[in-house]
Amino acid sequence: MSARDWLLDESPNSRMQANAGRFYRMGLALLRNPLAVLGALIILLLIATAVFAPWIAPESPVGQMLDRRLLPPSSANWMGTDELGRDIFSRVVYGARITLMIVALVAIIAAPLGLIIGAVAGYFGGWVDKLLMGFTDIFLSMPKLILALAFVAALGPGIENAIIAIAITAWPAYARIARAETITFRSSEFISAVKLVGASDARIIGLHVVPLCMSSMIVRVTLDMAGIILTAAGLGFLGLGAQPPLPEWGAMISRGRVFILDQWWVATMPGFAIILVSLGFCFLGDGLRDVLDPKQAGKS
Amino acid sequence: MTAISLKSLTISYGGIPAVHDVSLEIGDGESFALVGESGSGKSTVLRAIAGLAPEWTGEISVLGAPRGHGPDRAFARTCQMVFQDPYGSLHPRKTVDSVLSEPLIVHGLSERSGRVSEALDMVGLGQEFRFRFPHQLSGGQRQRVAIARALMLKPRIMLLDEPTSALDVSVQAEILNLLKRLRRDQGLTYLMVTHNLPVVAFMCDRMAVMNAGRVVETAPSSALRTGDFSDPYAQHLYAASGGDEIASKDGQ
Repeated sequence: MSARDWLLDESPNSRMQANAGRFYRMGLALLRNPLAVLGALIILLLIATAVFAPWIAPESPVGQMLDRRLLPPSSANWMGTDELGRDIFSRVVYGARITLMIVALVAIIAAPLGLIIGAVAGYFGGWVDKLLMGFTDIFLSMPKLILALAFVAALGPGIENAIIAIAITAWPAYARIARAETITFRSSEFISAVKLVGASDARIIGLHVVPLCMSSMIVRVTLDMAGIILTAAGLGFLGLGAQPPLPEWGAMISRGRVFILDQWWVATMPGFAIILVSLGFCFLGDGLRDVLDPKQAGKS
Repeated sequence: MTAISLKSLTISYGGIPAVHDVSLEIGDGESFALVGESGSGKSTVLRAIAGLAPEWTGEISVLGAPRGHGPDRAFARTCQMVFQDPYGSLHPRKTVDSVLSEPLIVHGLSERSGRVSEALDMVGLGQEFRFRFPHQLSGGQRQRVAIARALMLKPRIMLLDEPTSALDVSVQAEILNLLKRLRRDQGLTYLMVTHNLPVVAFMCDRMAVMNAGRVVETAPSSALRTGDFSDPYAQHLYAASGGDEIASKDGQ
C-alpha cells in the first residue's frame, strides 16, 4: 500500500491516520489553487532566505565601504549600495530574518490571546461577554498604527517593543472573529452533548470550541500578515521600530527617502521585498480560506 | 421505583414560561413518550431534565434523587440524551473514536479502546467506522454514533429527543429497532419525545399528550389502538395522525 492510499483510506485504522488523511486532502485542495501555490512559494522563499542568509548574501549587512556610496544596481551589487556603501541586496536578504521574526512573534502572541478571549466571551455570553468585548472594543476603536506608536513611545523604540506593540494592536480582531464563530455553535447539539457528559467548561472551550475556531483564525492571521509587515515597516520608517544598523526593510526605505529622486534604488529595493512578501501572504491566505472555510469562499 | 418524577414543573426561557405545571411519574424500565405538535414544550421538558434548560421551578427527581439545575457529572452516569439532528450532534472535526472516548476520559474510565469498539458493536457499526469523521457517515450511521455516545457511561435512563425525525423512513425503522433492542438488552428506561404516533405505538408503554406547554392527557399506548382518549385535543391529534391507520398497522 502506497503512502497515498494510506492517507486517502476511507476507513483509517488510527486517529493519527484519520487526521493525517484530513490534512493531506486539505493540502491537495490547496495545490489545486495556483495563486495559493504561488503565495506558499513566496513564503517558503522568505523562510529559506532567512535561514540561509549568511550563505545567500554576498556581503555583511553592516559592512560599510564609504568609497562606493550610492552605486546603482550592477553585477557586483545587484541592488546597488546605500549611503554608507553597504550592499543593499545583502541587507534585504538579512532583513528577511527580521521580517520573519516580527511576523512569527506577533502571530504567536496575538492569535492565541485573541482566540482564548473570544472563545471564552462567546461561550459564556452574558456579563463575561460584555466585559471582554467592551475591553476588546476599546482596543479596536483606536487606529492600529497610532496605538502601536503610542506603545512604542511609552516602551521605547526597538524591535522587541515594536513586536509587543503590534501584537497588542492585533489581538482584538482575532477575539472578535473567535467570538462570532463560537456563538454560531455554542448552543449546538454537539456542545450540549459534551456538557451532558459532565465535561468542565475549560475542557469544552479548549478541546471542542477552539478547534472549530482554528480554521478561520489561521486564514485571518495569514491575511493579516501583510498588514503586520506593513505596520512593522511603518514603525521602522518612523524610526520607532528596528534601530540602525539593523537591516529592517521599513527603516531602509526611511533612509532611502532622502535620495529617492537621484538614487531611486535605495528606497525601492526593500519596498519590492515588502510588496512581494505581503502579496505572498495574501495569496496564501486567500487559498487557505477556500480550503479551510468553504462557506466564505469567493467573498472578500 | 420511579425513574423520573416531575412535580409541578414550570420551565422558562429568558423569563417567559414555555412549559406550565407538568407532573409526570415514569417507572423504572418503562418506555414513556411525550407527544404533541411543534412548540408544545415536549423537548423543553427533556432539556430541563438533562440540565440544558436550567430556568425551572418545581421538582425533578431522577431515580429518587432530586436533580439540580445545571449539568452535573454524577447525573451524567445515570441519564444521557440522544438529540434530534444527527448532523448537528457530532463535532465536525472529531473522529467517531474521539467522540466515543470523550465521556470515558471525562469520567476517568480505563480500557477506553475496548469500550469504544464494544460500543460500536452494540449499535451495529463495523470497526471500519471507528476512525471516520462525521462527514464520512450517513445520517443513520451518525445517529448510531450518537446513541453509542449516550451509552458509553452505561446510563439507566435515556432521553430521546425525536431520535428518528431527521432520517429517511427506511433508516428510521432501523434506528427504532436498534433502540428497542438496546432497551430490552440493557433494561433501559426511555423518555422519548416525538410527534409521530406510530413510533409511540411501536416503542412505548405509556404516553403523555402535550399542548401549549401543558400535559393534557396521560394514556397507555394501547389507547392508540382503540382511540380511547378523553381530552378533545388528544382526540384531535389522534384523528389528525390517521388514528385508524395506526390501529390497523399495529394489529398486523
